[in-house]
Amino acid sequence: MNIGLLLLVFLAAALGTQALGLALRWVDRKVTARVQYRVGPPFFQPVFDVLKLMGKENLMPATAVGTGFLLAPVVALASTGVAAAILWAAVFQPTATFLGDLIVVVYLLTIPATMTILGGAASGNPHAAVGASREMKLLLGYELPLVLAILVAVAHNGWTLKLGDLATFQQMHGSTVLSFSGLLAFLVAILCMHAKLGQVPFDVAEAECEIMSGVYVEYSGPSLACWHLTRAMLLALLPLLLIVVFWGGLDTSVWWDWPAFLAKYVLLVALVTVLRNTNPRLRIDQTVKFFWFVLTPVAIVAAALAAIGVSENLSWL
Amino acid sequence: MSRRTVVNIGPFHPLQEEAEFFQLYVDGETVVDVDVRISFNHRGIEKLDESKTFDQVPFVVERVCGICSASHPLAYIQAVEEIAHVEVPERALYLRTIVNELERIHSHLLWVGLAGHFLGYNTVFMWVWKYREPVMDILEIATGSRVNYANCKVGGVRRDMTREQLDRIAQVSDELLGPLDMLTRAVLDDPILHARLKKVGVLTPQAAKAYGATGPTARGSGVPIDVRRDDPYAAYDRLAWEVITAPDGDVFSKTVVRLRECFEAVRIIKQCVRDIPGGAIDAHVAAIPPGEGVGHVEAPRGETFHYVRSDGSNRPVRHKVRAPSFNNIPTFKASCIGQQIPDVAITLASVDPCYSCTERMCRVVDAESLRPRYTWSDLVRLSQQKTAELRKKW
Repeated sequence: MNIGLLLLVFLAAALGTQALGLALRWVDRKVTARVQYRVGPPFFQPVFDVLKLMGKENLMPATAVGTGFLLAPVVALASTGVAAAILWAAVFQPTATFLGDLIVVVYLLTIPATMTILGGAASGNPHAAVGASREMKLLLGYELPLVLAILVAVAHNGWTLKLGDLATFQQMHGSTVLSFSGLLAFLVAILCMHAKLGQVPFDVAEAECEIMSGVYVEYSGPSLACWHLTRAMLLALLPLLLIVVFWGGLDTSVWWDWPAFLAKYVLLVALVTVLRNTNPRLRIDQTVKFFWFVLTPVAIVAAALAAIGVSENLSWL
Repeated sequence: MSRRTVVNIGPFHPLQEEAEFFQLYVDGETVVDVDVRISFNHRGIEKLDESKTFDQVPFVVERVCGICSASHPLAYIQAVEEIAHVEVPERALYLRTIVNELERIHSHLLWVGLAGHFLGYNTVFMWVWKYREPVMDILEIATGSRVNYANCKVGGVRRDMTREQLDRIAQVSDELLGPLDMLTRAVLDDPILHARLKKVGVLTPQAAKAYGATGPTARGSGVPIDVRRDDPYAAYDRLAWEVITAPDGDVFSKTVVRLRECFEAVRIIKQCVRDIPGGAIDAHVAAIPPGEGVGHVEAPRGETFHYVRSDGSNRPVRHKVRAPSFNNIPTFKASCIGQQIPDVAITLASVDPCYSCTERMCRVVDAESLRPRYTWSDLVRLSQQKTAELRKKW
């Protein structure tokens, strides 16, 4: 594959994911509005938001460290774009993926969080500093159970670290969620995904009424638009990652897997909306305790069960 | 000594809709001290009242606060009636009670909604405000306005209610019981709300008394004070109802007190509609003799107190307003220190502070020479200096 084609694939994946993410943002906002007896925004509102921000002035506070402050949203957007290209390839072209891409994707998907920490800390605003410290604790909280949960899927599917192989293995031998440990890991991963998206009850890093959107408080114009796009892409990508790793990916060879894939995807996205509308925000210490002392042990148990299940050949475990 | 950061809540902050300023001195996420600064919104209402006639003042004082717009005029009117020794007709007393209790319901529901918003629970915010809407509607039907009711006047009330209106009020209050019940259960059962509200911002009964807290802030700390019972006005001594208290002093207790007070308010309104006597609604007070009087009313946030002095002319020579938030805001010194930032946000909101009611004029005096500093001309000069500096920078 030559470089030009690769670049084209990357651009298509990134832009497509952005469009999909913005559409999902609309669904999320519309459903939320209807639940709350409001009318809700028109379909193109998320797009208009981003376009309008793109045309606005980019203000930088005098106290900010310019490089870090402006680099953070761009790097976050770019890394999410790369993750998008790899993930979509794993869905539509399972054979085209490379060894270890699972690790690369997990790594790339932590970059937006680390970049929020960097950007928030570089902005020199005390609210953003509090937000950045919370984001850091949050990242330390959810990353371990997420990796452990993914490990369960890896164990179940022949210890492969290739996203494409994970999907095809499940298509032949049944989804990871169909086993007990796989289901546990899947539930853990859903909650970790919710925290990664920074939604209520885990939106501690931006907490509007406490620290005025925290890490993002000083961002404006195009740099804020980058954050909007990054978060929209994450909303589109994380359910995709979960489906590929735990729920069988997409079997392009049979027609009925297309609607099934779509249903799984919609279900996971709907779950994000439901969770964020039926919970108040947790405190950061409560969030970290929840991830460390509830989800991490559950994920460890799931990983142990999965290892036992694989070595003893008990596929239900 | 560890390094302390200042986190500003205010002067403009999404936490509260009014201008207020809390400087939180934080060590990590823990608040070690809090500095409360108000007076961003001084409007000189007391001075303004001195230029109005006794009958015009209620229209001014109901604009002290957009939510306690029945309590402030009533407290003022009771002060004037005390000067003139007016015997208010029985029917007027009941009508006053109905409007004041409707106000209590809508104010408490407003607070519950906002508290949900502060916790990031916007669904509760929107739902509660939806259920609050019928209350605003019947207030509009009965008095002509959603917000500024212009209901009370010296000697009685301005406008009678028909039997149909009264029945409608009883019916809407009754229909409110279902949603209220659902809300109360939702708050009492939600484990995450428990985690966020229990043992948060605790105001001990001793501290509540020491700071002179009033209303749900005091009752949430187990201090059973309520003007409606302690010094009855309107028709409260003729009705059966209870003073609601909760023992723990945390934000959860204050929430429970407010929700249960809504039930009591519905109970009071239904009794009023049932028992209201016929007859006149106005005692037709002709003139106010010289003298001074006080009036206090249990507003949704606590005791609101008005003092009026008359010299026998048609205008008050002095009118003093003390809103409940004036007592409740200093309790932050007792309840916020040692908390974390997210807990402080909800604790600041838990007394349901109303800044526009509370604003006082500040006068800065040099401690040694006792000469006033920062007078009006000083402030104008400072402001112009600042503008000039800003222009130079650009």
